[in-house]
Amino acid sequence: MTPKNQRLTLALLGVGAMAGAGLLALSALKDQAAFFYAPADVARDGPPLGRTVRLGGMVEAGSVARAADGVTVRFAVTDGHATVPVTYAGIVPDLFRERSGVVAEGQFRPDGGFRATNLLAKHDEKYMPPELARAADGTRLHETKSLAP
Amino acid sequence: MTAEFGLAALWLAAALAVLQAAAAALGLARAREDVAAVTRPAAVAQGALACLAMAALVAAFANSDMSVRVVAENSHSAKPMLYKLAGAWGNHEGSMLLWVAILGAAGTAVALFERRLDPRTLAATVGAQGLIAVGFYAFLLFSSNPFDRLVPAPREGLGLNPLLQDPGLAFHPPTLYAGYVGLSVAFSFAVGALVTGRVDRAFARAMRPWVLGAWVLLTLGITAGSYWAYYELGWGGWWFWDPVENASLMPWLAATALLHSVTVLAVRDGLRAWTVMLAVVAFSMSMLGTFLVRSGILTSVHAFAVDPARGSFILALLLLYVGGALALFALRIGTVRAGTTFDPVSREAGLVANNLLLSVILGVVLIGTLYPVGAAAFGVQLSVGPPFFDRAAGPVALLLVAVLAVGPLLRWRRDEAGAVLGRLAAPIAAASLTAAGLFAFNGFGLSLLPFLGLSAAAGLAVASVLPLTGRRLARVPLMTWGMAVSHLGVAVALAGMACDAAFTRETLVAAQVGQPARVGPWSVTLDGIAPRIGDNWSAVEARLTAVRGEGTPLTLRPQQRFFSDPVTTTSESAIATRLDGQLYTVLGRPDGQGRWQLRLWWKPFVTLIWAGGVLIALGGALSLAGRALRDRRARAAA
Repeated sequence: MTPKNQRLTLALLGVGAMAGAGLLALSALKDQAAFFYAPADVARDGPPLGRTVRLGGMVEAGSVARAADGVTVRFAVTDGHATVPVTYAGIVPDLFRERSGVVAEGQFRPDGGFRATNLLAKHDEKYMPPELARAADGTRLHETKSLAP
Repeated sequence: MTAEFGLAALWLAAALAVLQAAAAALGLARAREDVAAVTRPAAVAQGALACLAMAALVAAFANSDMSVRVVAENSHSAKPMLYKLAGAWGNHEGSMLLWVAILGAAGTAVALFERRLDPRTLAATVGAQGLIAVGFYAFLLFSSNPFDRLVPAPREGLGLNPLLQDPGLAFHPPTLYAGYVGLSVAFSFAVGALVTGRVDRAFARAMRPWVLGAWVLLTLGITAGSYWAYYELGWGGWWFWDPVENASLMPWLAATALLHSVTVLAVRDGLRAWTVMLAVVAFSMSMLGTFLVRSGILTSVHAFAVDPARGSFILALLLLYVGGALALFALRIGTVRAGTTFDPVSREAGLVANNLLLSVILGVVLIGTLYPVGAAAFGVQLSVGPPFFDRAAGPVALLLVAVLAVGPLLRWRRDEAGAVLGRLAAPIAAASLTAAGLFAFNGFGLSLLPFLGLSAAAGLAVASVLPLTGRRLARVPLMTWGMAVSHLGVAVALAGMACDAAFTRETLVAAQVGQPARVGPWSVTLDGIAPRIGDNWSAVEARLTAVRGEGTPLTLRPQQRFFSDPVTTTSESAIATRLDGQLYTVLGRPDGQGRWQLRLWWKPFVTLIWAGGVLIALGGALSLAGRALRDRRARAAA
């Protein structure tokens, strides 16, 4: 093989690898792109079942209740258009409050309820995600970003 | 005065960076050696001044000089001294100043210590480093001045985000930045070589130690960041596929590929154009990461300020530098002749496979990170999370591990497939035995990725030490030791990740005092709750006693900490490290009936993740030391 041919082969392999990455990412994105849901999305399209998603909105006033086991919390997430009941067994974040923004990670149950395995709330006033800020203004909440570092 | 001194140093450094770039350009264009000779002294002075400016900012933080805006907005006089000092880079302006100081210091190091590059390429390289610096000085001075004064000065500052008040702040950002920004040297080398057309073995040998050094620091920085997030956030996770984490992973992937392709260029004079391209890509990823993190389009503890003007400024710099380098590549790569050829079964081919797979992972992470940002620009809001990255990058990573096991066992230039299979007998046996053992103990109870991960880790661990066997160990060059240790580190980290995914046990209880809870093999009892007072916080602290079997009881003290400046609560986890894993405890809230929430994890062998990261970096350091020693001997002999 001449150097020129080898260079061409390598270039083609490189292009092939990039195309492979693109295809791989697109096929995974098709399943995972709809990762975030607002209650209105669920009311319109039905709950996505069998996979881990995020549900975001405001904690409805007066909806937070603790179960007798001391670790399970029930509350409702609303976006002003629809409401989803959520159960969460775990330590709630420090800034989890009624009428405040929350993003729950977990799975929908067939009955339309949501079982959260993780709650993300804002860390403090300075680090509030813009979409939660929007939700706090009463406008429709769209999207989440993780609060991890 | 300190602030004005810092600002003056910054302006002067910016002027010197302009001189540095202009002298290199003029000197090379007019073939005037006396003009080009100005480049290196200018780079040294520029780097020293940038570091002085950084020192001035640290001094302002140490003295709690509240008349400096960033100090007032991000510090507090009651903070412990360590967090005052490290807090200098715990904000947007300070962290960008640290970025520029490291950029200047890297240029200084090249100007002082680079001896192998021919004078013209060296002048072009140092000039390119100056050109990069000019843009970032402009960014600092025009949109993120760290030395802005506040008139009148407030009596007290607003304080630092308590999540950042941790010893990790002193170590993680500077190390990560040194690696991240250190890659600028590889970028400048590539630009320099494209300008003079000298892409050859000497170029690769000169560039390799710089790439290695940056890569070692980047590896350490990422490892430290992962451990910090693990114990500070109290979720028990060690990697979240957060865009900010991806911003540091992408340069690492590119740098890892570059490290291997530059070896092919240095040893066999192959992969010339590809290596130059990777050097450009690696630092482009660093700049992209800076844009993602510092522009405020992402939200995390790393994104300190949301200011669209800053985002546009960095985006413009990014497009200018990356676009400029790519244009130079397109114009000049035709003058670089194709390198030597090699067989499809050879060390070179193995390294090409490594590079292709690393590029695929880089592409997947890049798409997953940028897709939501791009979609947002068109008004479509979506979010890409861990399921995407696990699914798209996981299988490619396993394939890469297989290549990693085979590659070092291949000979340069040409090898026999049959002989290679023979050399692979021991690793394949180790992987199969591990797989059989896992199956015998767990049946189908183990999910696929951890199962494959543990088996692959066992095979890789054996394969990585094979290059050392059958040789007098004292005579094995340090570079070979470095390769073996780094590859073993990958196996160790992979084993830790798989163990964490497969065997972690978690318990959540509302505990009464004296009532034990079980997590894995441990029995954990809440002995009591007591208040605690720190320098700038108060806390409720649980005293937990943990016993495993008949062993000695351990005491753990997880806390809920309350900070007043700014008003925040943080959970301080308590972790007990044993040889075979970590017991991780977090204190939650009282339930109003005398019980306290406790979240407990038993994580077998989780520490291997970070031990592996340290081993990977150690291997790089060994290799670097080996090369330095060899150079010294060669110079002594000459």
